Amino acid sequence: MGGILVFGEIGQNGLQSITSELLAAARGLSAGSGDEVTVALLGSGADAASQDAIARGADKVYSVQDPLLEDPQADAQLGAFEAVCIEVKPSVALFGRTPVGRDLGPRLAFRHGVGVAQDCIEMTTDSATGRVVATRPVYGGNALAKVTFPGDGMQVLVVRPKAVEPLGADSSRTGEVVTFNPGLDPSIVRARLVQTVRQESEGVRLEDAVVVVGGGRGIGGAEAFEMLHELARILGGAVGASRAVCDAGWIDHSYQVGLTGKTITPDIYITVGISGASQHMAGCAASKNIVAINRDADANIFKAASFGVVGDWKNVMPSFIETVRELVNS
Amino acid sequence: MGIKIVVCVKQVMDPETPASAFKVDSDTNKVIPAQGIPPVVNGFDENAVEAALRLKDSTEVDKITVISVGNNFVMDVMKKPLSMGADELILVQDESVSELDAFATATTLAKAIEKVGEYDLILCGRQASDWDQAHVPLGLAELLGLPSITLAQKVDVADGMISIQRSLTDGYEVVESQLPAVITVSNELGEPRYPNLRGIMQASRKTPTIWSAADLGLDAESLSPRLTLTELFIPVSDKRVEIIEGEDEADAGRKLALRLREEKLI
Ligand SMILES: Cc1cc2nc3c(=O)[nH]c(=O)nc-3n(C[C@H](O)[C@H](O)[C@H](O)COP(=O)(O)OP(=O)(O)OC[C@H]3O[C@@H](n4cnc5c(N)ncnc54)[C@H](O)[C@@H]3O)c2cc1C
Repeated sequence: MGGILVFGEIGQNGLQSITSELLAAARGLSAGSGDEVTVALLGSGADAASQDAIARGADKVYSVQDPLLEDPQADAQLGAFEAVCIEVKPSVALFGRTPVGRDLGPRLAFRHGVGVAQDCIEMTTDSATGRVVATRPVYGGNALAKVTFPGDGMQVLVVRPKAVEPLGADSSRTGEVVTFNPGLDPSIVRARLVQTVRQESEGVRLEDAVVVVGGGRGIGGAEAFEMLHELARILGGAVGASRAVCDAGWIDHSYQVGLTGKTITPDIYITVGISGASQHMAGCAASKNIVAINRDADANIFKAASFGVVGDWKNVMPSFIETVRELVNS
Repeated sequence: MGIKIVVCVKQVMDPETPASAFKVDSDTNKVIPAQGIPPVVNGFDENAVEAALRLKDSTEVDKITVISVGNNFVMDVMKKPLSMGADELILVQDESVSELDAFATATTLAKAIEKVGEYDLILCGRQASDWDQAHVPLGLAELLGLPSITLAQKVDVADGMISIQRSLTDGYEVVESQLPAVITVSNELGEPRYPNLRGIMQASRKTPTIWSAADLGLDAESLSPRLTLTELFIPVSDKRVEIIEGEDEADAGRKLALRLREEKLI
């Protein structure tokens, strides 16, 4: 047994940021255990991304090649990763909490009869046992749990995106690239992805925005979002929303921030009529500054905010937006 | 012949419990149930029940069986899926199934579903709002050797095939598989229906089937946990909010903008 194996994800622009984050997490664990860090990269983009993976912390890259991997089918990806596990015999397998990783991590664990920790935000190696201690938010973020894996089997961790800072690319790092053919049987693909429909967002992407303006149930309806869009336009930011307003149909679900929505990390997040439920905060807690406009002085959002106004947004927002416009234009 | 659906549900603490009422006992690493706030059926599991009922509205469904594994069931709460329109409720009650351990829960559910025997489709909520793991459905699929598709916002069944719109943060995927399969349902599917009076009356006349782990041939060995909880705590924040005041609320809005400018935040 040995080593840390990362499930790598490749996008149109090469290595996905989640994979760099996982490599950084793996290096952190390796500092405590001395384990080698291996990343499995699947499909035709693997070779082009290999050097970047090494520069970002991998000691070894498995470039996994199989005709079945040309199509992004989860069942084939799991089969391929399992085959790499048989070669590497990792003590730790790391996945990102992405649409793919959130499913493959638990599925791998169940196939091997071992434990899996989902949505981890911190991972350390226990110096006495050499085993992983993972911290994860539970009860929608109301509490944090530390978990360990009994026995000596493989430890599977699914890591929350943006929870770990990626390492800078160090082109002087060296590593080995192994081409690996898992020889997958086509019959393993049983759930088949047939189409992907992307919602094109206008302007700044919510996940990348430096300024986010968020609206909650307190804004009372779809119309008031126009005001939030206007503020976002003035500040060059994006609009976000709580689940309550997405479920109500006031705005599309692609605007949802939170545990089951998007994770945002802006410099400033201006919330209007959002109560600050832990499940919402789970997606915005890493904002550098939260500003709250809410008429309830006891609302949870004020516990996380740096600046706030207790009041009705109908009275607060017009003068706020006007002043912001003057300041930005001056 | 229509299809037979199993829906897996969990009783959880009400996730709308205000943060101020959320307490943890750090000696036992357990959440202390908030006084006077009854538990609920996990919200996403209600979405799964709704998905089953919509299939029943549009296609041939012979039976919807709801199964739950847990402890301290509150019967009025657990009967909600029946009053929404499900046909049958099975409760597997056992102290040895620790609620944290998805492995034990999935193993127990798999055995219960095998005991039920005939099924074409297993629906679960996307995750439980207590431990937020999203593991049980995937584990269940692996243990039963079935395909799994997660995060459904739309479910269609025809000719032994299932087609799912799988919710992404920026759109959706269309994923298909043969039945039987395990599907997890997300809130994007739409609001679960409210039980009507007739449904409530019918549910009140139904008696849930109660099984124990032993009834399913499970022993402590087969339910041994794969994760150990070593610490449970409420994170503390040292954040202090600066409340901006003004002559009136409009003035406070103006002053807020000026203050943010001063901090170079805008
Ligand atoms: C498992 C799970 C996952 C979840 N995932 C998410 C998620 O990803 N994202 C998410 O957002 N939620 C999520 N939720 C839901 C979450 O628990 C809350 O229900 C939701 O965030 C509440 O949205 P809100 O703040 O808009 O509404 P509310 O909680 O109703 O708050 C409205 C606020 O507006 C204020 N207000 C009302 N009128 C005015 C006015 N005129 N002027 C100023 N203020 C006003 C009120 O004081 C109140 O604080 C999840 C829940 C569960 C159980």
